[in-house]
Amino acid sequence: MEIATNPTDTPFSIIMPKPIDHENSSDQIVQPDRETVGIPFVKHPRMSCRDVVVRYGDKQAINSISIDVGKNEALAMIGPSGCGKSTFLRCLNRMNDTIPSCRVEGSICLDGIDIYDPATDVVPLRARVGMVFQKPNPFPKSIYDNVAYGPQIHGLTSTKAELDTIVETSLSKAGLWDEVKDRLQEPGTGLSGGQQQRLCIARAIAVSPEVILMDEPCSALDPIATAKVEELIAELRTQYSIVIVTHAMQQAARVSQRTAYFHLGDLVEVGATDKVFTNPLHKLTEDYITGRFG
Amino acid sequence: MYPYILPCIVILSVAFYLLGARRANSIAVFYGGTKNLHSLPSHYGLYSAICCALPPILVFVLWRIFEETFITSSLSQSLPQEYLTLSANELTLVYNEIKNVALGGFGANSSNQVIKDAATLYLANLHSARNLVCALIVVLGIIPPLFALKHISKDLRARNIVENIGMAVLIACSAVAILTTVGIVLSVIFEALHFFKAVPVSDFLFGLKWSPQVAMRADQAGSSGAFGAVPVFLGTFLIASIAMSVAIPIGLLSAIYLSEYATNRTRTLVKPILEILAGIPTVVYGFFAALTVAPLIRDIGTALGCSVSSESALAAGLVMGIMIIPFVSSLSDDVIHAVPQTMRDGSLALGATHFETIRNVIIPAALPGIVGSILLAISRALGETMIVVMAAGLSANLTFNPLTAVTTVTVQIVTLLVGDQEFDSPKTLAAFALGLLLFIFTLILNIIALKIVRRYREQYE
Repeated sequence: MEIATNPTDTPFSIIMPKPIDHENSSDQIVQPDRETVGIPFVKHPRMSCRDVVVRYGDKQAINSISIDVGKNEALAMIGPSGCGKSTFLRCLNRMNDTIPSCRVEGSICLDGIDIYDPATDVVPLRARVGMVFQKPNPFPKSIYDNVAYGPQIHGLTSTKAELDTIVETSLSKAGLWDEVKDRLQEPGTGLSGGQQQRLCIARAIAVSPEVILMDEPCSALDPIATAKVEELIAELRTQYSIVIVTHAMQQAARVSQRTAYFHLGDLVEVGATDKVFTNPLHKLTEDYITGRFG
Repeated sequence: MYPYILPCIVILSVAFYLLGARRANSIAVFYGGTKNLHSLPSHYGLYSAICCALPPILVFVLWRIFEETFITSSLSQSLPQEYLTLSANELTLVYNEIKNVALGGFGANSSNQVIKDAATLYLANLHSARNLVCALIVVLGIIPPLFALKHISKDLRARNIVENIGMAVLIACSAVAILTTVGIVLSVIFEALHFFKAVPVSDFLFGLKWSPQVAMRADQAGSSGAFGAVPVFLGTFLIASIAMSVAIPIGLLSAIYLSEYATNRTRTLVKPILEILAGIPTVVYGFFAALTVAPLIRDIGTALGCSVSSESALAAGLVMGIMIIPFVSSLSDDVIHAVPQTMRDGSLALGATHFETIRNVIIPAALPGIVGSILLAISRALGETMIVVMAAGLSANLTFNPLTAVTTVTVQIVTLLVGDQEFDSPKTLAAFALGLLLFIFTLILNIIALKIVRRYREQYE
């Protein structure tokens, strides 16, 4: 991603903090001091979210968030526990549909098409926006079948040879092929935690998604496995858009190009990762990354 | 005194519990609070109570076991010479008579003076021995707990001792279950061995004719008896497979509906109703099968132009299948419900539909439990008797046709053992052989089930 120096040519449309409008803020949920600062929007977004509000029953979990996900970028979402970053992540491929009390408002577009439009079919959407979960969750199947599952249900291949190719390339992209090529028929649950997580990543990329969502993918892994997954994320970014939720700020700094800081359901700051970590615009962000809060 | 000995032990134990706890409390006061004791005062109380109760109970149990032998052997010296030359069986009869006279049981008025004398002696011996035992029990119920009370100190590990005794009780309880099983198996095996002395094993296992009626007297016109178990087992498996082909699909599919599609409200409403099916007594199912289903099947059969006997394997199998549904559905529902949500999310996040997720991910993950529930249901089907007696008949036909009357192992066992029996006739003993074979079958089934469950468990956890 190129970042132009001239503000008029920048691929990002920079939003400066809006002047606080006390007259009209009474009906707004966003508290004036939590107005998003930084650069939430990019020029050619893969996904664009506008005024997204999420409620669980009566409880509002996310207050009107607007943010873009660019092509070939890794967007990190950080923030204290319970700030709504995982909830927001699950909105991006409508995984929140499985929670009956959950209501999503606003618009989330993938390549310009609203995914919450009633006409949108959620099944192909989830094939285009893949997800990797906090805890590795390989299926009770062989390593091969774990990866082949997605292509099979979507009919991506017609011959066994094509399927073999997809399995091999997916596992290779996930950096797991050399470790498992001799035991593809063994159960996926027999792998180590780090291998399982990379198997889940391979499973997600086997259906050639455009965006991969990662919900704290390394929180259950040891440092070596974490390093491998981070390396993998850096590589995957060249082909996919990646949105990663993480609690480890070093991890966000290492793998992402942009970082979004969430605070109690608000998106407080978005910006280029090095900017956010070295020179945060918002007081809350600064408090969090310097360890004074969270 | 003797009849009140158990209440005495209980009262003594309670008293020693209180004494122990009190002594611990007073020690605690001396050392500045219960926190300075190794255990809680209640532990010390329990420790004294156990010291009080355990030795008397052991003595009492041992006495109950050996009382009979002890008293009769004390009698044997006093009996006249001619009785001592009797065979063991006849001697047992004599002892029984003495006992009956002494305790006023059946046949209590014997005219034989020797028996009367022996009965008086029996009573005298019994009373003196029982008084002795009572005395021993009281001594054992007081002396050891007094020592225990004296033993109580700040550092006595009463908590650990009480817990160890608790563990011993647990072991004893599980031993009861295991020993009972072993005992039943051994008794069945021994009776079956008797049977195999009369009928060769190969005839029993491979014989194609089952007709257990044997002539009791030489002039009787009864058949000589044929003990081929094949038709009986064939009938069993025929009915069980009909039942399973009803119960597995209906049970499993309703379990999937309940756990995956039904709302929580529906689930809490429907599941107990399904489980009521399991609470209906089998005899009720039996007459439902015999009076409603069997005639219905016969009528339908006649309408379609095939000959259906009024008692058919189909009727029994269908009703048995309905009876087994809750076993499959309820257990499978629990198992499917227990599949972690992350598994569902993983599949849904790949763009799988709900049904694809169920078929490809949830069912395989829940398979060990589902197999377990199905095997439980099969054991139930193999062991079911009432429905078959009423709806499937008694004639041991060697057939695969579900529209004819067949019989099952359990039904045959019932008919063989109902009424007056002689335990040296192969007819009666055949019941044990059938039981043994059925036991072996269900055992093999269980072993297979365990193997399957273990294999998948290793794979899926």
